[in-house]
Amino acid sequence: MVLIYIDQDDQEIKKASFEAISYGAALAKQLGTSAEALLLGTVKDNVSDLGKYGASKVHQLNNIALNNFDASVHANVVAAAAKLLGATVLIFAHNINGRAIAPAVAVKLSAGIVTGACALPNTDTGFVVTKTVFSGKAFASIQIDTPVKVISINQNSFGVVVGDGTATIQHIDTPVPASKIKITATDKIKGEVPLTEANLVVSGGRGLKGPEHWGILLDLAKSLGASTACSRPVSDADWRPHHEHVGQTGIQIAPNLYIAIGISGAIQHLAGVNRSKTIVVINKDPEAPFFKAADYGVVGDAFEIVPALTAAILKSKAGA
Amino acid sequence: MKILVCISKTPDTTAKIAFTEGNTKFDENGVQWIINPYDEWYSLVKAIVLKEKDPGVIIHLITVGGSDTEPIIRKALALGGDEAIRVNNTNTDSMVVAQEIAAIAKEGAYDLILTGKETIDYNSASIGSMLCALLDTTFIPNAIALDINGTTALVKREIDGGEESCETSLPIILSCQKGMAEQRIPNMRGIMAARTKPLKVVEASIHNATTAIKKFDMPPPKSGVKLVDAGNMDELVRLLKEEAKVI
Repeated sequence: MVLIYIDQDDQEIKKASFEAISYGAALAKQLGTSAEALLLGTVKDNVSDLGKYGASKVHQLNNIALNNFDASVHANVVAAAAKLLGATVLIFAHNINGRAIAPAVAVKLSAGIVTGACALPNTDTGFVVTKTVFSGKAFASIQIDTPVKVISINQNSFGVVVGDGTATIQHIDTPVPASKIKITATDKIKGEVPLTEANLVVSGGRGLKGPEHWGILLDLAKSLGASTACSRPVSDADWRPHHEHVGQTGIQIAPNLYIAIGISGAIQHLAGVNRSKTIVVINKDPEAPFFKAADYGVVGDAFEIVPALTAAILKSKAGA
Repeated sequence: MKILVCISKTPDTTAKIAFTEGNTKFDENGVQWIINPYDEWYSLVKAIVLKEKDPGVIIHLITVGGSDTEPIIRKALALGGDEAIRVNNTNTDSMVVAQEIAAIAKEGAYDLILTGKETIDYNSASIGSMLCALLDTTFIPNAIALDINGTTALVKREIDGGEESCETSLPIILSCQKGMAEQRIPNMRGIMAARTKPLKVVEASIHNATTAIKKFDMPPPKSGVKLVDAGNMDELVRLLKEEAKVI
């Protein structure tokens, strides 16, 4: 059985988990087994809706203590549940919480693990999982040699597949160890889609010349409903907050659309964004290396192009 | 307080990524090696900052790798740290590496174990979490701030779309990222001192890898950029809608 870990935050199931279920369901079909989900804690969502993404059952541990994430506690509970349910493959989203527990669960199950997978395993001979390595500059195909296998999948690498199934809910009861972590404050950026979950991202670099010029970028992002990001020099100079920094040493993202404004495209920046499906580069320097990695390019002054693009998007939306 | 800082050797961030032996091995030809940036800038420097506040702090560095990792561990010692341990195991399977570190960590009874949030070569982001299970110790991932007050640790970590602050008691394992500390450059005195700091080599004890790399591939090249005239943003919107189908 393929068991998919459902990640929640503030009693809301994360989008990354829908993709993890879609991936797990496709893998289960390939292996001729069932795809079942594991939910720790309580959520506001309608849990049986997880069937839409391909889970036949949702095993839920209705313990509100689990609504607060503690890697050690969650890994213990997931491993115990996986043993109880006889899971042979475990799937996690490769988001912050997934990364924090999948390797610990692998240890507890004596399972081989591949983190950051970007495609379904090849199970023709053995069990070989492809993942991104060198921060997105290459792929590695890794064979897992253990009976139980753990995979975490890169966000936006497989996609969410929506069907019309309904999952049955089964309550399970495994002991929950006491957490040694006391959460004292949570500071959320309100109303913004986390960058790693964003489908559309608008990003700015030094070419924008200063934080006071970010208005045109924010307007463009707003017109698209996109999240905003920036290059490392911009976050280092405190023009934008650190959590917006995408690149090799920042966040690695894979949105459907990445619009880079005034970013030259250093190799370290590309490593963080080159899994984007479509890349648009706006830069005044026609020799900027980013154009080589782009799908669409506009050469010219960002201060004229960006407002014009925003206007064109709003016009197109109004017409549609 | 005893701190163990996990150090990994990675290619420089600007290194050309290529493969040899039928795409089964990373091509090390001409590659400059560095301390994994997350290990250096955030874990190691944070440990040094803690020692500057409290000289009683003892910092041990650990790396798992062949003798070719020694220049990297010496460079780390030049930044700070009292002594280093190299476990002579060249296996790159995270499970093997974590088990080797756990064996050393058990003996050393460390209050704080620091790793980078991931390495920039294999991007596994696994060691901290694996140590959590192997040592049965509290693990806080993606840490961006840490204060120690006696045996209490105040930690701030990144969560999806925000930050979370928490309080816990030592011992703990943290994976560190941007925010924890600021990058430093080793000075001459540090470089001289590093030459005589102890570097202990421990023989490998874990040999059963759970995974094996079969091959590497480079991403398919982009088909080439389509340039749109700066005066015709309607056309760009049309392409994004009708051709790329992303908006």
